[in-house]
Amino acid sequence: MSDIKIVSAPEGIEGAGFFATRLDKVVGLARSHSLWPLPFATSCCGIEFMATMGSHYDFARFGSERPSFSPRQADLLMVMGTIAKKMGPVLKQVYLQMAEPRWVIAVGACASSGGIFDTYSVMQGIDEIIPVDVYVPGCPPRPEAIIDGFNRIQDLVKSESMRRRNLPEYQALMTNYGIK
Amino acid sequence: MAHIQLGNDSLEKETTTLNLGPTHPATHGVFQNVLEMDGERIVSAVSTIGYIHRAFEKIAEHRPYYQITPLTDRLNYCSSPINNFGWHLTVEKLLNIETPKRVDYMRIIIMELARISDHLICNGILGVDTGAFTGFLYLMQERENIYEIYEEICGARLTTNFGRVGGFERDFNDIAILKIKKFLATFPTVMKSFEDLFNRNRIFIDRTVGVGAISAEKALNYGFTGPCLRATGVDYDVRTANPYSSYNEFDFEIPVGTNGDTYDRYMVRNEEIWQSLRLIEQALAKMEKEPKGIFHADVPAYYLPEKQDVYANMESLIYHFKIVMGEVDMPKGELYNAVEGGNGELGFYLISEGGRSPYRLHFRRPCFIIYQAFAEIAKGSLLSDAIVTMSSLNVIAGELDA
Amino acid sequence: MAIATEKLIADLQSSFGSALSNFEQPYGLLTFQTNKDSIIPVLKYLNENEEYRFRFLTDVCAVHYPATKELAVVYHVQSMENNFRVRIKVFIPESNPKIPTATVLYESANWQERETYDFFGVLFEGHPNLKRILNVDDMVAFPLRKEHPLEDPNRIDKNDTYFGR
Repeated sequence: MSDIKIVSAPEGIEGAGFFATRLDKVVGLARSHSLWPLPFATSCCGIEFMATMGSHYDFARFGSERPSFSPRQADLLMVMGTIAKKMGPVLKQVYLQMAEPRWVIAVGACASSGGIFDTYSVMQGIDEIIPVDVYVPGCPPRPEAIIDGFNRIQDLVKSESMRRRNLPEYQALMTNYGIK
Repeated sequence: MAHIQLGNDSLEKETTTLNLGPTHPATHGVFQNVLEMDGERIVSAVSTIGYIHRAFEKIAEHRPYYQITPLTDRLNYCSSPINNFGWHLTVEKLLNIETPKRVDYMRIIIMELARISDHLICNGILGVDTGAFTGFLYLMQERENIYEIYEEICGARLTTNFGRVGGFERDFNDIAILKIKKFLATFPTVMKSFEDLFNRNRIFIDRTVGVGAISAEKALNYGFTGPCLRATGVDYDVRTANPYSSYNEFDFEIPVGTNGDTYDRYMVRNEEIWQSLRLIEQALAKMEKEPKGIFHADVPAYYLPEKQDVYANMESLIYHFKIVMGEVDMPKGELYNAVEGGNGELGFYLISEGGRSPYRLHFRRPCFIIYQAFAEIAKGSLLSDAIVTMSSLNVIAGELDA
Repeated sequence: MAIATEKLIADLQSSFGSALSNFEQPYGLLTFQTNKDSIIPVLKYLNENEEYRFRFLTDVCAVHYPATKELAVVYHVQSMENNFRVRIKVFIPESNPKIPTATVLYESANWQERETYDFFGVLFEGHPNLKRILNVDDMVAFPLRKEHPLEDPNRIDKNDTYFGR
């Protein structure tokens, strides 16, 4: 039991009965260890995600005990599997229903870039329609790779500034995708 | 979607439209059902599929024969070795290649492991849909053992790209045989504890007996095959009807149900897992009697030679070049070959005009044909019953849309 | 209760005569051709005949032959009691790809014919719901015809120098 790492407190000034630190550090700490994912599993990568959620690899120990299937209550959209052109509008609608702050992880080769399916009916990567934060390559990626991708998202969440969603660069990114 | 007017005996005047959309936690894959509901009861259902259509049949016309194996992986991705070997058996039939007995037994071991893996997912998820999460966790742990066996032999866990035309790319090493034996020793206890949780569980029986029943005549008319057909009482199995890969030398039974409802489909799948374990034991015993070291047929024109021979031997270099560049002389021909997939008869209709790629390759996908019947089965049932029915039909989205 | 292939061929020819042609057995599977007016009577005969009992429709698909501007609709039926399979082909011209639907006999033809329509544009007369099933609803081309390209022609992000073109 002694080699379990507990998250260390951020740097700050401590005294009798108080702890002073930066707000964004505390918020980032809390958010990154309690991300609620939305598993948008379409195909083979979804089965590998089910293996990650099983007891052998145990995804829940990173704070994702409750995978939310409702976009309104989710922080992280995990797109796992091929997205065909027919599915594109559905994915965009799910993304639009999520509340800020939201992150997107593209799991697998098909979600990142179309994978082995360079055909007329497959969207060549979900970043054609939604902005993506982390790409996890693999066909399907091993559960360790999916967990590694999730850890990269946790790093992004931990170090995100409070103002990021209001900055002009972010607004320009959203307008680029046609999202208001 | 037009509302349907309801009669005088219902509380509402017309039905409510409910979209059981492509993204839904309880539909295992991306397919949509637009339901017209009278309260909790479904009056009509319209299915929409194609949300993961990846155009496999078109891709297959542009790829050489050995590059189609990774495509077949992604059909029924819960039991991908069966699809791989089905494709290899089809090409071997086209080329009139006869594989040695040891290769057949090795194929049977892997195919039955894949069948167990597919049925474990289906039954585990059926448990989750009725609210029982524990069984799923037990079974996923056992699937990890099956994944380790695949990984030891072919290197991948899920989309395996197993084997080659004529056999395997490498022999089963000692660790793989050890893992298979360990699986045979430890799995029955876990399966028994899973069955103890579900088979006579009052809640599970209430949720599944009499739900989603279909008669044998209707099932045959709809083109059902596999566990869904055997649950209605018809004992059709491609492994006994058109035996392939030496299945006729083995001793196993075909479990058959009576009512064709969800409980029967669940029990048929459980029994098939036990029969698969019997097959693996027999195949392992037979394989160990054969002379060691044979893992492919002797067809240098179609099977890649060993790399050390390619560097030393002129003919091996030529064969290697011809196979990789796709200059092999494939005969012209047209054939239909079927194997027993996890869900039913998986057929490959191949037309070859002698080129590098097939002229036409059509997959007869069992999930696609079974799912047509869902609209009729769900009519008149409660919404929760429809979810359990959909889950027990074991519709895998990759095989549905191809 | 096995079926003798010669007897089946003889019975079919005596019932349908010149409507059937090209009897062959590639890789052991009896195959013959017929025309679009006879296909439903042939399927009905095979279904209802008490001795043969071809009560199971395994597969419906199509093949495109641009050289002769024809589409071949291929039916695979099997008799489970007798463990016998038959393949029936119907060649229809590309310019008028109409053929009667098999849903009058077998429910399993429903989605398979929709898929054949979606991929090749074969029009099944009498089908209850002949719409596209796998591709997007507003697609106009028929993708599995030989002239349709595999890859999406509207992509702007592919750099041809990397792909050796």
